[in-house]
Amino acid sequence: MKKLSARRRHPLAALVVLLFALAATGGLYAAFAPADEAKADTSAQSLAIEEGKKLYATGCSSCHGTGGQGTSDGPSLVGVGAAAVDFQVGTGRMPAQSPGAQAPDKPRVYDQKEIDQLAAYIASLGPGPSIPTEEDYNPSGADSAAGGELFRTNCAQCHNFTGKGGALTHGKYAPPLNDVDPKYVYEAMLHGPQNMPAFPDSVMPPEEKREIIAYLQDVNGKETASPGGFGLGGFGPVAEGMFAWTIVLALLICTAVWVAARTAKARKS
Amino acid sequence: MSSHTGTHEDENLPGERETAHGEVANRENPFADPGLPPHEPRKQDIDERAAKRSERTVALLFTVSMLATIGFIASYVIFPIDQMVTIWPLGKISALNFSLGMTLGIALFCIGAGAVHWGRTLMSDHELIGERHPIEADEETKQKVLADFHQGAKESQIGRRKLVRNTMFGALALVPLSGVVLLRDLGPLPEDKLRHTAWAKGKMLVNQNTGEPLRPEDITVGTLAFAQPEGLEEGSHDFQKEIAKAAVMLVRLEPNDIKDKRELDWSHEGIVAFSRICTHVGCPVTLYEQQTHHVLCPCHQSTFDLADGARVIFGPAGHPLPQLRISVNDEGYLVAEDDFAEPVGPTFWERG
Amino acid sequence: MSTTSEAPKRRGKAPAGERVADWADGRLGIYGLAKANMRKIFPDHWSFMLGEVCLYSFIIIILTGVYLTLFFHPSMAEVTYHGAYVPMQGVHMSEAYASTLDISFDVRGGLLMRQIHHWAALVFLVGMFVHMMRVFFTGAFRKPREINWLFGFLLLVLGMFTGFTGYSLPDDLLSGTGIRFMEGAVLSVPVVGTYLAFFIFGGEFPGTEIIPRFFVAHVLLLPGIMLGLVVAHLILVFYHKHTQFAGPGRTEKNVVGMPLLPVYMAKAGGFFFLVFGIIAIISATFTINPVWVLGPYRPDQVSTNAQPDWYMGFSEGLIRAMPGWEIVLPGGYTLALGVFIPLMIFPLILAAIAVYPFIESWVTGDKREHHILDRPRNAPTRTAFGMAWLSLYFVCLIGGGNDLWATHFHLSINAITWFVRIGFFAVPVITFIVTKRICLGLQRRDREKVLHGRESGIIKRLPHGEFVEVHEPLSQEQLHTLTAHEQYKPLEIGPEVDENGVARKVGRVQKLRARLSRGYYGEGNQIPKPTVEEYKELTSGHGH
Repeated sequence: MKKLSARRRHPLAALVVLLFALAATGGLYAAFAPADEAKADTSAQSLAIEEGKKLYATGCSSCHGTGGQGTSDGPSLVGVGAAAVDFQVGTGRMPAQSPGAQAPDKPRVYDQKEIDQLAAYIASLGPGPSIPTEEDYNPSGADSAAGGELFRTNCAQCHNFTGKGGALTHGKYAPPLNDVDPKYVYEAMLHGPQNMPAFPDSVMPPEEKREIIAYLQDVNGKETASPGGFGLGGFGPVAEGMFAWTIVLALLICTAVWVAARTAKARKS
Repeated sequence: MSSHTGTHEDENLPGERETAHGEVANRENPFADPGLPPHEPRKQDIDERAAKRSERTVALLFTVSMLATIGFIASYVIFPIDQMVTIWPLGKISALNFSLGMTLGIALFCIGAGAVHWGRTLMSDHELIGERHPIEADEETKQKVLADFHQGAKESQIGRRKLVRNTMFGALALVPLSGVVLLRDLGPLPEDKLRHTAWAKGKMLVNQNTGEPLRPEDITVGTLAFAQPEGLEEGSHDFQKEIAKAAVMLVRLEPNDIKDKRELDWSHEGIVAFSRICTHVGCPVTLYEQQTHHVLCPCHQSTFDLADGARVIFGPAGHPLPQLRISVNDEGYLVAEDDFAEPVGPTFWERG
Repeated sequence: MSTTSEAPKRRGKAPAGERVADWADGRLGIYGLAKANMRKIFPDHWSFMLGEVCLYSFIIIILTGVYLTLFFHPSMAEVTYHGAYVPMQGVHMSEAYASTLDISFDVRGGLLMRQIHHWAALVFLVGMFVHMMRVFFTGAFRKPREINWLFGFLLLVLGMFTGFTGYSLPDDLLSGTGIRFMEGAVLSVPVVGTYLAFFIFGGEFPGTEIIPRFFVAHVLLLPGIMLGLVVAHLILVFYHKHTQFAGPGRTEKNVVGMPLLPVYMAKAGGFFFLVFGIIAIISATFTINPVWVLGPYRPDQVSTNAQPDWYMGFSEGLIRAMPGWEIVLPGGYTLALGVFIPLMIFPLILAAIAVYPFIESWVTGDKREHHILDRPRNAPTRTAFGMAWLSLYFVCLIGGGNDLWATHFHLSINAITWFVRIGFFAVPVITFIVTKRICLGLQRRDREKVLHGRESGIIKRLPHGEFVEVHEPLSQEQLHTLTAHEQYKPLEIGPEVDENGVARKVGRVQKLRARLSRGYYGEGNQIPKPTVEEYKELTSGHGH
């Protein structure tokens, strides 16, 4: 102990302690942190970023700029996040085919692997929402009635009561939500594609997004029942009025014509 | 006006009415009315077998109706109310609603079809002629009625005793006022109720989704958030009335995108809070386009530019959406600086 | 009715029915009534059944409506839903909305009754509209039927408001938005608007009074008035006897057709069941107003596609197309013209069609009774006016559904609104001109047909090589039918100066009347119908 106490005051002692502490911290971190995965991830990630950058250069850069900084033809993609890429490219909205009020969804051009690579590249440009996992958006067990309340507050004004879509200004529109993959619904709420506002977790926590998805599946899913009969598109009174004026009126007039018409005469038959 | 027309009264009217519709066909006039064509018998009138066929068809329709009514009662008993069935091409629909409606419809339709078929094929189809008589009374009746009226009026002395007449008119004119007065308690007077909302200085902006107060960092550029004043509880007595005035939407704009100076002053780091009750007729106007910063009203398409003091850029609204002045309190939550400076919602006469 | 119909059949055999009828006659005088009406003649034409569609759907609405009142709670008290419909469980809502969900999901057959009620309401208004068009375009509104025209018009307007109040009762998000609109519209009324709104709503919007008040209007006040008007309308139809189209044997002094008993008892009675049956089948297969997906009303929530039922759609179009004019008057008062002007145009458009019969009879000065209907082509100005009115109505309807037109035809909602703004003025004018030309063209064709016969399609080669189409001469029935209509001459006001050189006083009103009359009946506004002389000259020339 004498030796130790003697060297305690050595000019280099502080340095030794510092090195020791750093090593211990680093060791502890190495012991507790998923170091190997991180390493593998990073390398896979950087590979994906590289691939994504190539795809970007050929497919996207003409509108969004070579570095994703945006041009007059397309907005900047810095900071939009991976979720935005997965949504836009995954639903076929991007790459856009023609200029217009907004890019419609269509059969997608890239497969999921390429989309992930593109997403990785865009995510590397700046921090933004990442692609949600299955458990984020899986609606099973979520309270659909609560989702309905949220839907009517946040979504119905543009997308209609049951997500049938609606008009916006100057030819823009809120698309119908029938048969949209819950992942894309989730991503759309997360980052707000095109003119849709975003509902980030700070404003609408993930659980509420799941409730909204659960509500949508209840009222506008493949298995949704329409107890009263054929739903006429779910557009409300305009469709009902058109139906009354066309089909119902035609039926009634045909009946009236039959009631009022003369019966066939023997001579002519 | 007829007195003015005097001599020209009838010159423009067609004069040949009687000949055009004369009942005696004039040989010289090829356009004359030939009269009702002779009746031609139907098959059922001359062929008893055809008549029998009609009889059987009618009876069959009535029988189908009876069966359908039995089917209605059976459906009512058999199908549980929540059972859904898929019926092409209608989709997945309520079995009970479908079966009840179809059986009821068939039961009714068959009664109607049977009756009409009976009427068309078995009942006589001889066209008959009914006479019309002028609606106006003849001169004699008219004179009698007028004479009676004058007699009655004279006997009542209403023309002579003007005091009676005038006071009676006065009394009759006044008495409905009681009814009008009674309507006063239909509702309270407006006073300044439309000028105040539940907002006040220091009230936190509560996120309507989570029920938690909002912080500035919760709202990123492009985000749309809906807020109500703290202390307002859904299901409470005044909720509907208060939220109808106090509902607010929040968006964050880049401060240098904001064109209106007051809007910038009343914002917090680019976060602006606007009433979301349309100034046209009061629909919630929340169709926010994050790239253009326009909000559209789904009811009548009034469009407001949130980057320019919520100015009206399209549609029937007459003035901008009122802005709520906001700041941050000591704990870092967004709070209102004051109530709205002007009345929210639809324009009214005293609004100014 | 049953007692009266039994009496003659069972005479001699079983006097029981007759004895009942005798008993009733001694107290009600039914024999006297039946004498005039039992064999009343009704002409056969499908368009004469349109009014019956209205009557029957009205009866259907009353029947189903009574059923619905047994389960509906017209209350705005807040409750939490715990019924059968899962996506609403635990949601705060008014009792009105909750009981509507119960009718739909917990009362067996309740959904069917709701749907029949609502479909029948749409059919009722469609029926009234089409019936009114039939009456208008055939001139059936002329003397002596002007009052009945007004009764019918009032029924249409009352039907619209009964429909609106009924649509509002479930207190769902869609109809609540409609009530909110109503509040805004009332607030826009100058001077008294704010007070009116507070009285109607019992305080601030939405309050707790409006649904109970609408309920009383919907189930008692409005249908009560309508029932009275329907009865009066029917009494007048019986009293005036039905109009008929021109044809052989049909004159202004008779009515040709089938007797009420038995043929029209079977046809009209049967038609009730047919209409009811069709509406029931529609209600079994097509959903209407699925309130359960709309959610309860909250003033801070809304959905796109927020529209009223179709009959209010044209007022919605007026509101949507109106520019946002607002004037602040000195003294701090605001004129919300953006709301108030459409609110005033709405009754004006309706009134235009309501007063038309009186305008026409003033222009013609015709005081005679009319029981023979016009073919629309033979009254070109009236037909053109009616079509212009309809086109205006239709432009407004497009405006009322502009968001759906935009999404379904990939148009800009702003462009549609601009179309409505311009079309509101331009389309009726164009329609008026085009319709009038078409009518005159059809009149010319009728004239050709009368004078030259029907084109048979047979080509004949004459001995000298010329090809001609054989024209078949019309039968006397057809000749009569095509020439039976009357043609007015334009009203002449005469020279301003009489033969003695003294200026006559001709009122401005009278001048206007003469000008209108020229527009109706002057040269180029109707094609003179063929005269006997013309016909004879041509037919003898042809050598037939």
